[in-house]
Amino acid sequence: MNIDYSREVPVVEGRLSLAQIEELVAKPLESKPDKKYYIALTISGSALMLGAICLAFSFYYGLGLWGNNQPIGWAYDIVNFVFWIGIGHAGTLISAILFLLRQKWRTGIARFSEAMTIFAVICAGLFPAIHTGRPWLDGYLLPYPNQHSLWVNFTSPLLWDVFAVSTYFTVSLVFWYIGLIPDFATLRDRTDSKLKKTIYSIFSLGWRHSSRHWQHYEKAYMLLAGFATPLVLSVHTIVSFDFAVSILPGWHTTIFPPYFVAGAIFSGFAMVVTVLVVVRKVFNLENIITMDHLDKMNKVILATGMMVGYAYAMEFFIAWYSGVQVEQFAFLNRAFGPYAWAYWIMVSCNVIFPQLFWFRKFRRSIPVMMIIVILVNVGMWFERFVITVTSLHRDFLPSSWAYYTPTLYDIGILIGSFGLFFTLVILFTKTLPVVSISEVKAVAEGAQPSHIGGIVNA
Amino acid sequence: MHNKNLYGITALFDSPDKIISVAKKTAEAGYTRFDINSPYPVHGFDKAMNLKPSKLGFITLVFGLTGSIVALLFMFWTMSIDYPMIIGGKPFFALPAFIPITFEVTVLLASLATVIGMIVFFFKFPENRHPLHNTNYIKQVSKDKFGLVIEASDKNFEYQKVKDFIISLNPIEVEEIYYQEKELLSIIEPKFLTLLLAVALVTSGTTYFVLNELLYMVPFSWMSEQLRLNPQNSCELFADGFGMRMPVKGTVARGFMPYLQKGNSNPTELLENPYLITEENIKLGKSKYLTFCSPCHGNYGDGDSRLRGQFPNPPTLHSKRAQEFKDGMIYHIIVNGQNSMPSYASYLNNEERWAVVNFIRVLQKAKNASDSDLQFVKKENNKNASN
Repeated sequence: MNIDYSREVPVVEGRLSLAQIEELVAKPLESKPDKKYYIALTISGSALMLGAICLAFSFYYGLGLWGNNQPIGWAYDIVNFVFWIGIGHAGTLISAILFLLRQKWRTGIARFSEAMTIFAVICAGLFPAIHTGRPWLDGYLLPYPNQHSLWVNFTSPLLWDVFAVSTYFTVSLVFWYIGLIPDFATLRDRTDSKLKKTIYSIFSLGWRHSSRHWQHYEKAYMLLAGFATPLVLSVHTIVSFDFAVSILPGWHTTIFPPYFVAGAIFSGFAMVVTVLVVVRKVFNLENIITMDHLDKMNKVILATGMMVGYAYAMEFFIAWYSGVQVEQFAFLNRAFGPYAWAYWIMVSCNVIFPQLFWFRKFRRSIPVMMIIVILVNVGMWFERFVITVTSLHRDFLPSSWAYYTPTLYDIGILIGSFGLFFTLVILFTKTLPVVSISEVKAVAEGAQPSHIGGIVNA
Repeated sequence: MHNKNLYGITALFDSPDKIISVAKKTAEAGYTRFDINSPYPVHGFDKAMNLKPSKLGFITLVFGLTGSIVALLFMFWTMSIDYPMIIGGKPFFALPAFIPITFEVTVLLASLATVIGMIVFFFKFPENRHPLHNTNYIKQVSKDKFGLVIEASDKNFEYQKVKDFIISLNPIEVEEIYYQEKELLSIIEPKFLTLLLAVALVTSGTTYFVLNELLYMVPFSWMSEQLRLNPQNSCELFADGFGMRMPVKGTVARGFMPYLQKGNSNPTELLENPYLITEENIKLGKSKYLTFCSPCHGNYGDGDSRLRGQFPNPPTLHSKRAQEFKDGMIYHIIVNGQNSMPSYASYLNNEERWAVVNFIRVLQKAKNASDSDLQFVKKENNKNASN
């Protein structure tokens, strides 16, 4: 294997011109959707409908339709919440952290993963809202002056969640929209259709690609990236506080915040790879979302997967080292109790299979990576299941021990959340540019002045 | 003299190297109202154009700090002042527990302020009526060309000179941009007004329906429709048909031990005062006395009723008879009433009754002080002063 390290590998392959890049990205928006698109939309839409029906039943008859009952008060609802919010973290990591680290390769995948962040947070936000049982009363979660002169409990991690998730959603949405403004302007100047022009004009706000604007724009982008970076770390930290601040053995663990953040990035990257592999193929974006991109993302998956594996091991070590009997029981019960099957699915999917990514050949093989990232998605869902359910199902009073089994409604709502996510993703691919046109143009070969600043050339 | 409607003269170039040198030359030629348009930010344009660093960060700083302070003060006020409650053994001002929300509000406010500030104050957007829109120039710079525009409002703008300067730069295309004819503001078009009206009607109608109707329909109303007896409702379970029940006979409310001499105008047995005359006790007595007794007996017990004869004036509390009353007798009168005075038993609990008795003793002493009392007070005052 001979790699020339003396020269920077181009981010965009195939020596595409600026106009070609634009053509490639704008094409799905300017062509009518084909049959495959409608088939995909039908499948995801059906899943979404299934979830909606299960939810309607849950609200009409009450949450007794779900499987959670004492002592397992938190089950699918919270598992799915943590799972989806974790998926969202990859997008912000790619768009903000890699931006601050000057990783040029992020430009090709940033838009898509940011969109996935927003859709995942929508799915995530759904679950705490329905978990309350009467979601139309969820306004009480916000501090507002009321006739009871009561306030929300600002010292509760559950309230921190409300603030963290809503801030995360708002900031991600704003970040995403800011990135879209120049692309809306480009699309506006491309189209001949009057209706499209009006819509793009409204969303582009009248952007003129002016350098006097680019200057503030770049500043704002950097400031937002600077905020989004600690924000994304804080969100999953706070989600982990929902567990860690309680005093339940198996939850009361100081390693939770970094462990959750690593797990979030792990699962998020897995989901991004899952979807991007399909998207680059369907929309012929192989030159913009290159094999190098997938390779790098697989490296991140390998690294974060091992961090998660370290956390699994460390939890057991601390349980033994603490000398606390209930803590030791909680972890032995996790690995060898009634939910051992879930635990070992988690360990094999998250720690063992990703080890294949040590090999360059596997990192660059579409079928292998597809299998591994789907396994990682499964494993990370089970991680949240294991943390939530196994810690609860055998509490301090053996007479109340129970075994949790989800009902059809639980499973229907989970499928519905995937339906919601993929419906939004599918609609997104045909309505908005899935790759940031202006950012990819800026990293194309020859797009920037030569090092002598163009003075000599002119 | 150039056309008054001229916005500026534009030129297109096709390489990033070229546009940087063009920007540099234009800035050096003394033009200030010129702009570079490019499909993406070209490295080094700010230096070449001689732009000052963006001041956007100040908005972020100010609003970020505002967010932290507002969040922290708000949590301090709600949790420590407005509704203090001990939660999990934490102090009322539990700073570590307030950090997450302080952080989130800081980020939220700073990000939103940065973006809104940039769009509204720095860009003056939305602006879809700018003369550059819908020109060939903007279509080219939107795609893959790099453009220079020198505005006619520049103080050094002379039509021929600028034109010559631009041609000397060797552009691939030159275009003059004019302001469009003034158009009627579409905001007062009947169509738009109708739309606004429709939006307003639908929004307010939906809000009204949801808040006043929908939330009282099935299944949303199920929380208020429960198998329980609401106050004042009848019930067939009991023979008398009342839903609300009287307490069982002999029930004693806390702090209201029955007084055995009740209804007896000449009590045979009087209670002893169980409370010492302490400052706290007298304060309580004073407040109760001023609330319940002073309307008739007067603020100092002189019997100077504030009711001004609408009600028979009671005798003074400083009479010899009243001064010789035992504490228990005053207590008895409070509970039982006397002549036209009704019972105050339901207004004052046991402690409050005795506190009123103590306060009446204070009033009596103050009104009938002897010289020796004055000496004693003086001595006490000196003692306090010397301390």
